[in-house]
Amino acid sequence: MKAGTNLEKVLVSGMFAVTAEAGPPKGTSAAVMQRKAELLRHCCDATNVTDNQTAIVRMSSLAGCVLLKQQGVDPVMQIVCRDRNRIAIQSDVLGAIALGIGNILCLSGDHQMFGNHPTAKNVFDIDSIQLIQALKAMRDEKKFICGDDISGEVPLFIGAAANPYADPFEFRVTRLAKKVKAGADFIQTQAVYDVAKFAKWMEMVTDQGLDKQTHILAGVIPIRSAGMARYMRDYVSGVSVPDEVVTRMEQAKDAKEEGAGVAIELIEQLKEIPGIHGVHIMAVGWEDIVPEIVKQAGLLPRPVL
Amino acid sequence: MKTITEQKPFEEISEALSGVEKVYVVGCGTCATMCHTGGKSEVLDMKEKLEAAGKKVTGWMVVPTACDELTRDALEENAKDVEEADGILAMTCAFGVQTIILYTNKPVYPSLNTLFVGKEDTPGHFIEVCMQCGNCILAKTAGICPLVRCAKSLLNGPCGGSVDGKCEISPDVPCAWQMIYDRLAALGQLDKLEEIVPIRDWSTSSAGGPRQVTISG
Ligand code: SF4
Ligand code: SF4
Repeated sequence: MKAGTNLEKVLVSGMFAVTAEAGPPKGTSAAVMQRKAELLRHCCDATNVTDNQTAIVRMSSLAGCVLLKQQGVDPVMQIVCRDRNRIAIQSDVLGAIALGIGNILCLSGDHQMFGNHPTAKNVFDIDSIQLIQALKAMRDEKKFICGDDISGEVPLFIGAAANPYADPFEFRVTRLAKKVKAGADFIQTQAVYDVAKFAKWMEMVTDQGLDKQTHILAGVIPIRSAGMARYMRDYVSGVSVPDEVVTRMEQAKDAKEEGAGVAIELIEQLKEIPGIHGVHIMAVGWEDIVPEIVKQAGLLPRPVL
Repeated sequence: MKTITEQKPFEEISEALSGVEKVYVVGCGTCATMCHTGGKSEVLDMKEKLEAAGKKVTGWMVVPTACDELTRDALEENAKDVEEADGILAMTCAFGVQTIILYTNKPVYPSLNTLFVGKEDTPGHFIEVCMQCGNCILAKTAGICPLVRCAKSLLNGPCGGSVDGKCEISPDVPCAWQMIYDRLAALGQLDKLEEIVPIRDWSTSSAGGPRQVTISG
């Protein structure tokens, strides 16, 4: 075991994992995170806490993770390279481990122009692949990026993202291979709607044997309304929502029920794709729906290891 | 290679010039003329605006290249008008401003925002191609600089927001990594993208503090 987190145990055991995402509040309320923990505790193996997602200022991922942990949820701390340099990031990692956080997901981060501080200066001192590599060296060699020794243990289960829908398509497998080589123990993908394209990507991934070297969790974003489906199709770069999903949402009598139904069907299909080790359900702002989706997808109860 | 500039809003210039009654205006015959920000006609427009705002313009000139030392001679030749002024308005890039301050005791105020050192890729269209990082990696990136042309200065390939050759920040911005990928593919060097580019030493860039070099011989 690298960190011995619940997520690592489930994945190593070979069971199909379920992770979810909890967006921290745009404010100071611990109760908000506690409520999300309550909702998600029994239906997933670990919960990601986003790091100022879409560059909108929220409670820090580190604080959000601690609040989840106190409620018995295994947290995944997200770190984006946009806001912090190598000094701040490594210091946060030390603090996270001291507070019992073992899973860390490394991301580039959405550009700040999408958020509520578009006039901010970004950092990008290191990129997401370099961050994975740095965390691996912190864990395996107990060294900081500069080469100095770290005192104490550094148990980490390192995650990364992958987006099969971004371009150039052929490079997407190479990029995953680079992340695996850098040290990614698990991968959470961008939301899947176009299953055929995803399956094609996974075929290339399994051909290279990457699914044997890392644990791949397929991303699922439940859609709440026809408007959200259209917005994701038209404006979210790197997400591909097929027209038929949009039409289904537009014609639905109960949009929320339909959206949950789409998510459940997707999970059923994703379970069948060779090399997939779990699903990552990103229902940020609609966490209430997650228990129902997990239940309907036949993924309850979650293992206790 | 040109220094690309844009005119500051007149209100900002007025604010900077509050208390400055008499102004001498300097334009530049090179980059700022080409950008239509500090050539003769822009200098004359500015003169009119300043006068309409109640200032006295003691004189003006468009020096051939404001960042050149010849600017000293030009200031000396026009010493009478320059001396009469309370301040100099420089319709030049920031290199010009910082050249003028070497040769005058008058306060110098910039009229332009200096955007970047640009390269003309299609007629009349300038792009930023280098931020003078002091540690050039173009050998690995097919001659296209990801530090300035990728919105996140990524070093290990395109992020998840690259779609149809465009950057996630705007459909008008090409994705640098798609360009690098295409060029490496054409060169038969796609294997370069498989290796992990290590964490950079940024100390050679402006992050390392003010830079200076002495050229000997
Ligand atoms: S790598 Fe540095 S020196 Fe080379 S083009 Fe880019 S900014 Fe300029
Ligand atoms: S889309 Fe391309 S240019 Fe834009 S941030 Fe991502 S990799 Fe860089």
